[in-house]
Amino acid sequence: MAGITSLGCFLPRLRLARATIAEAMGWLGQGKARVKGEIATCNWDEDSLTLGVEAARIALAGAPSSDLDSLVFASTTAPFADHANGVILATALGLNTSLRVSDTGGSQRAGTSALAAALAAADRGTPCLVVASDQRLARPGSPQELQYGHGATAALVGGGAGLAEFVGAEHLAADFVDHYRESGASFDYALEDRWVREAGWNPLVSQTVGRLLGRLGLQAAQIDRVVLACPAATARGVLKATGLRAEALVPDRTGEFGDIGCGHPLLLLATALESAAAGEHVLVIGFGQGVDAILLRATGQGQAGGFGLAEAAAARREETHYTRFLSHQGLLPVEFGMRAERDNRTAQTVAWRKHEVVTGFTGGRCRQCGALQFPLSRVCVAPDCRETDTQEPLRLAELPARIKTFTEDWLAYSARPPLVYGNAQFEEGGNVFMEFTDFAPGEARVGGPVRFMFRIKDLDSRRGFRRYFWKAAPGLER
Amino acid sequence: MARGISDKVVILGMGCSRFGERWDCGPEDLMLEAFQEAVADAGIERDQLEAAWLGVFYDEQNVSKSALPLSMALRLPNIPVTRVENLCATGTEALRGAAYAVAAGACDFALAMGVEKLKDTGFGGLPERTKGTFEDLWQPGFTPPGAFAQLAAAYAARHGIPMDRLKKAMAHVSVKSHANAVTAEKAHLRKAITEQHVLEAPMIAYPLGTFDCCGVSDGAACAIVTTPEKARALGRRDAVAIKAMQLVPSNGVELSHSSWDGAHTPTTSEAARRAYAEAGVRNPRREISLMEVHDCFSITELVLMEDLGMSDSGKAPDDILDGRYDRDGRTPCQTDGGLKCFGHPVGASGLRMAYEVYTQLSGRAGTRQLASPSLGLTHNLGGIPNRNVASVSILGLLGL
Repeated sequence: MAGITSLGCFLPRLRLARATIAEAMGWLGQGKARVKGEIATCNWDEDSLTLGVEAARIALAGAPSSDLDSLVFASTTAPFADHANGVILATALGLNTSLRVSDTGGSQRAGTSALAAALAAADRGTPCLVVASDQRLARPGSPQELQYGHGATAALVGGGAGLAEFVGAEHLAADFVDHYRESGASFDYALEDRWVREAGWNPLVSQTVGRLLGRLGLQAAQIDRVVLACPAATARGVLKATGLRAEALVPDRTGEFGDIGCGHPLLLLATALESAAAGEHVLVIGFGQGVDAILLRATGQGQAGGFGLAEAAAARREETHYTRFLSHQGLLPVEFGMRAERDNRTAQTVAWRKHEVVTGFTGGRCRQCGALQFPLSRVCVAPDCRETDTQEPLRLAELPARIKTFTEDWLAYSARPPLVYGNAQFEEGGNVFMEFTDFAPGEARVGGPVRFMFRIKDLDSRRGFRRYFWKAAPGLER
Repeated sequence: MARGISDKVVILGMGCSRFGERWDCGPEDLMLEAFQEAVADAGIERDQLEAAWLGVFYDEQNVSKSALPLSMALRLPNIPVTRVENLCATGTEALRGAAYAVAAGACDFALAMGVEKLKDTGFGGLPERTKGTFEDLWQPGFTPPGAFAQLAAAYAARHGIPMDRLKKAMAHVSVKSHANAVTAEKAHLRKAITEQHVLEAPMIAYPLGTFDCCGVSDGAACAIVTTPEKARALGRRDAVAIKAMQLVPSNGVELSHSSWDGAHTPTTSEAARRAYAEAGVRNPRREISLMEVHDCFSITELVLMEDLGMSDSGKAPDDILDGRYDRDGRTPCQTDGGLKCFGHPVGASGLRMAYEVYTQLSGRAGTRQLASPSLGLTHNLGGIPNRNVASVSILGLLGL
């Protein structure tokens, strides 16, 4: 038996109203009919990798990550083309270094294909974490700008039924070009919706689903929920063409978040499992140069939630400036002043020596006196201790902490002024002087709770590198 | 316990360039300007100097590394020159080097020079620089105002003082320094301001506004030190002696350990404790006649009043608003305007503070002369509250 044992969904906190886009770009005459709702959009220090880390943390919460056999990072917008994104993710999560880690991408089917492969392999007792994440860019004024959101999902796949038991999967490879993006290009080139719907989704999905149901001896009417990450009009056509019940369609949630890319089918799966009763059949469709059709049987355990969707709704903050959104996506060159000229070259020798400390946010706890400290060092910092080689490595990312000091700095360079930073103090002791993120001006206060998030620390545009560290973000009062 | 250097070294002469945006000058010109005054004041010849210490912080910014910039600018007679750097305590480090050499008997006449040419960056505020290859990977991209602003948030929270009350006390710090600088001819900012100016200024780093921040200036200051015996041989009958020089760097506690409250500088408290012991000061509030402290930001001066033992814990805002540290208060602070208004060319600042105390103790402060001061304190805080170098020095009169 194999199944999905855990799910995590992460949407960036910032939401841009489609009306805000339309107000700025509506003069082009595009998208007048679709200006409802909003899209989830990355802060300047978020990318598909940082979103993936957050989704994975939710999926791994309460799950013993030491059992993991492999990790797959699926994305069409991974920050690095040759520098294993999945390995950065695994290091940030503090996962076992013996893990089999791979990056995958290539189409919007990347997430569902990775999930199907993991489910097929899980029968052999090899638990896998699948992370699907995208930060797709859209040309200002394009229809995609109103459609594409940013977000990530993660699924822990293992040998038990967990949330949903794996029933079977069927695949189709078909070079149907609904849109494409050349390697190294920023934007998609998208073809006409009607053709995509009628010549693509309808026949290709129905063909694949038909094969799957035929093999399993099931009728279309027996499918209780269907995940289709596509516009509602397309979905209606697919249901009809396939003989699936119209009421089985899982709401696409694009009104809240936009289409978040290759993680979207898993986002909708999480939505479905939050209400699916035990025994319900849930069909997940992935589409992109073919079709993935994955059939799952819900266990009912998903009704307890915990996939991060409620938190994503609660953390929502409106991005009020369209030009700031563009700037964060690298689509508007803004004058940040001479301070922004600082050279952010990374000493890779140091980055490797300290990768567990920095990427994994590893501090130390002194065996002698118990003092928690960051960074991990050879000599204990506690004034009454200062013993050498007494520190046990300790992952700090999940520890509760509060603001000890802070400022909102309008002089320092920040891609989203002011630069907010200060000292975060762990509730069990220990202190980190660090950047904060996702705080609006006036939001930080001494004693307020923070949680730590993996974010871009600096961009090195001269060398095409970005480095990551953890930042203190607004936490929930407990 | 060693006896320290109290009364073993006297200041024979001092000089200070005009501080400010010295578009007309390079660092070599600033050093010469300060040196000409000092050597005339000392009454010795340049070639009597036997060793020198050069303090400069932003080496890439102004004079480059090593002994050479000072040796070449002053055409020194090929004497040993040691370049020192210890953040904003750099100038004091230069003086400490020279004083220790004289106290040790290694030389009779030593020069301490501090200089900084900051206004060649092309932008306001201090230059951007790397914090270290490891530190850059995780420490925030802070500016000095932002790093020091941390003290304000934590101080208000710790002592339960409303931010508007704290801001008022901080404003008084700046208003007082501006008033003092009006009569300091070499000061950078010599315009009096009001509390309203401070409170209504644009925010730099919450809660610090423009007028809570010190000037970024070019300048140089220097001292020539010798033994009491040599000073007497030169005909001096009284002198300004070094009573104490103490330096306390952080060892990581403020950066990593929760024992630090974020609202104070424990290094300053420790440096003050040691300096008072070295100088034999038992009651600093009564014995110290004037202070030149590291008022890089108004909040820094405020918390320093407690860290130096001059105000009770949590009471600095009250004491400041009561005028205790005004020119006519019990312990005048920043009689020349301090970093705030005299200016803050980093490497020169420690020596500039000593220059003001020396001038006051010598009775040569003109219109801003205090009535018969006997002991003066200088204090530097290099770095940021999270990791810093604090120095406390005490200068006093010595009958020869």
